[in-house]
Amino acid sequence: LQESESENKLDGETASDSESKSDFGGSSPVPTSDDTPEVLNRALSNLSSRWKNWWVRGILTLAMITFFFIIIYLGPMVLMTIVMCVQIKCFHEIITIGYNVYHSYDLPWFRTLSWYFLLCVNYFFYGETVTDYFFTLVQREEPLRILSKYHRFISFALYLTGFCMFVLSLVKKHYRLQFYMFGWTHVTLLIVVTQSHLIIHNLFEGMIWFIVPISCVICNDIMAYMFGFFFGRTPLIKLSPKKTWEGFIGGFFSTVLFGLLLSYVMSGYRCFTCPVEFNNDTNSFTVDCEPSELFQLHEYNIPVVLQSVVGWKTVRMYPFQIHSIALSTFASLIGPFGGFFASGFKRAFKIKDFANTIPGHGGIMDRFDCQYLMATFVNVYIASFIRGPNPSKLIQQFLTLRPDQQLHIFNTLKAHLVDRGILGSLEDA
Amino acid sequence: EVDLEERLRELDLRSDSDVPDIPPPTDSTPEILKRALSGLSARWKNWWIRGILSLAMISGFFLIIYLGSFMLMLLVLSIQVKCYHEIITIGYRVYHSYDLPWFRSLSWYFLLCVNYFFYGETVADYFATFVQRREQLQFLIRYHRFISFALYLTGFCMFVLSLVKKHYRLQFYMFAWTHVTLLITVTQSHLVIQNLFEGMIWFLVPISSVICNDITAYIFGFFFGRTPLIKLSPKKTWEGFIGGFFSTVVFGFIFSYFLAQHQYFVCPVEYNSETNRFVTECEPSELFQMEKYSVPPLLQAVLGWETVNMYPFQMHSFALSTFASLIGPFGGFFASGFKRAFKIKDFADTIPGHGGIMDRFDCQYLMATFVHVYITSFIRGPNPSKLLKQLLILQPEQQLSVYKTLKSHLVEKGILQPSLRG
Repeated sequence: LQESESENKLDGETASDSESKSDFGGSSPVPTSDDTPEVLNRALSNLSSRWKNWWVRGILTLAMITFFFIIIYLGPMVLMTIVMCVQIKCFHEIITIGYNVYHSYDLPWFRTLSWYFLLCVNYFFYGETVTDYFFTLVQREEPLRILSKYHRFISFALYLTGFCMFVLSLVKKHYRLQFYMFGWTHVTLLIVVTQSHLIIHNLFEGMIWFIVPISCVICNDIMAYMFGFFFGRTPLIKLSPKKTWEGFIGGFFSTVLFGLLLSYVMSGYRCFTCPVEFNNDTNSFTVDCEPSELFQLHEYNIPVVLQSVVGWKTVRMYPFQIHSIALSTFASLIGPFGGFFASGFKRAFKIKDFANTIPGHGGIMDRFDCQYLMATFVNVYIASFIRGPNPSKLIQQFLTLRPDQQLHIFNTLKAHLVDRGILGSLEDA
Repeated sequence: EVDLEERLRELDLRSDSDVPDIPPPTDSTPEILKRALSGLSARWKNWWIRGILSLAMISGFFLIIYLGSFMLMLLVLSIQVKCYHEIITIGYRVYHSYDLPWFRSLSWYFLLCVNYFFYGETVADYFATFVQRREQLQFLIRYHRFISFALYLTGFCMFVLSLVKKHYRLQFYMFAWTHVTLLITVTQSHLVIQNLFEGMIWFLVPISSVICNDITAYIFGFFFGRTPLIKLSPKKTWEGFIGGFFSTVVFGFIFSYFLAQHQYFVCPVEYNSETNRFVTECEPSELFQMEKYSVPPLLQAVLGWETVNMYPFQMHSFALSTFASLIGPFGGFFASGFKRAFKIKDFADTIPGHGGIMDRFDCQYLMATFVHVYITSFIRGPNPSKLLKQLLILQPEQQLSVYKTLKSHLVEKGILQPSLRG
């Protein structure tokens, strides 16, 4: 009996929503520690608490947006590094919540194992996607080449080591706790790491595919908040009582408009529309290319319905702007579901915010919850409708085939090209 | 009143009885067996039932191999669905979540979406010619990522909309449980099918090695077992572990020797659009052609031979059976830990004497992933037909530049004679 009682104490998890009484002191959430810098505190000391909060949020929002612009200016390498840091911080935040829920600070090995798994999965994904872009750099350095070529095997072996350590670390009284934490870690990895790699993938396609989606989500957040603030009456969903239909719809239209304008401005610049490439000679990233069709102005006929409204017969637009409508629509209609999911999660585990990293806003996860669905959507969208396969990757794969297979493919390709008239009876070497 | 109800529920869930007591095992042993064995003591009776069912499963396995690759694929899929069902049912019991709105439908719906996604990624390539002829299939395969993602999102939104005030945590747990189960069962089953398409031998040897290790470790443990191996599974012993290791390696060697001789097992499975069937016919690759190996001097004295004729594949089988005996059991320990954590004796009662399907397949999962990673890292290059398909999708300018690169490479390697050919 004693044993089962102590197991119950450690096995802090239950499925009941009312379990939290002992953890978090009744139904009120943990009072958030006030992170606001002293400067701001003094400057705003005269205002009432509501306006003070509004100002803090506003200032931090501007600070984050400015920071965003700065890192865009600094280039793809810095962006990649920032994405990685955000990923690690999000992972840390969610794992910490798991620890709090399960009181599992004392579990042997668990912190180490979680970070170890994070490392393995990141290594696996790097091998799968990013090394293609650094291909020539990797080929030159022998250790890198082996790490890249056999990345699947090595990352799997590393993962297995972690798996076996987990099995060996199972302690009699804490089985269930340990399995829960194991499951928690894996779901978090699935959410956080895959999405961050999809974002980096999108980035390499062209910075515009990174900037427009993220900006649309941010814009939708801000616009929906404003519309809700000024016009909000009808509640949208029980999960988030502050959201309103007016905010939702207003945010939708503003975001689509914003997306159209932003893409118009960005499509004019090569540094945003060209795929990111790694230049071996200068050992840095370059964005220089002939802009693809998507980023060349076209004349479009305005449908008759809109002609009377807008007064023009044709309009010059970039084809990319049509795609931006799809992206901003997704950001406004489906993106919020990521936010509702995170709200439900916070209510389920009785936390107010994921963490206290950003004053007035909560943790990093609080800012990025809508972004995750967006990143996957953009990646799927690009893979399905925009981008074909990557030619250099295909060449790499070709080079590993057997000679007879290579010859067969070469001849088929040749026949195809001759067929299409792309290749005449040219006899160049 | 609500407070009282919540407190009572909280108490109920806090105690160990939140998981229902191990239900008395429903005895699904067929009547025939029971009558035949009625004379024996309980221990021997159990042994006989297990033995008979093992033989039955192995015979069933041989039968399906004989029936061909397509039947094997169907078998793998049915096992996947059954394993998924078993694990989800355990989740339901642990969380009393039979009454959660939508949950059953959502779990099966997600299973469907993820399967569709994986089919589009892997299997569709093999059926390329079949798919080309039918318009609707073409559309479904070409845009499978987008469609499966859209379907998944619909399920995700349904989940968010179905969140009910008092059951938030329960619902999130079930959501996570479903996803982890999908990760385990669906990805592994697709890896198994991919291994199968590489050649039936890559499917048979690993699975047989795991089964052999199970059986020989049990037998060695039964006769010689003294030192316990791990606290999680008190019945496992070091003697069983080591004995099983050596027997499995030897078994793997011998078994691959026999299989490597038949084209049926060795050739990649291909879909023939004319006959609408799977064919396994090819020129056996280097792996499956006899080679002379010099026996290392150490073993020469033992064996008395200087050289030996072996298939290169047998060296690979050595790696496969080593993995099956040393790391495979960790999958079994993981499942044992899982069963103890959730206080269940078996995953289900599908197979008399053995438990559920998951009980038989817990060691196989790690094996399937290992074989797949092994093949892609060391054996197989990329799939030529998939490569060709991707080349044909490229833009004309890209195709031209690729063509030029390839040509210069082939000329350099002397595979293609330069210039004068048309």
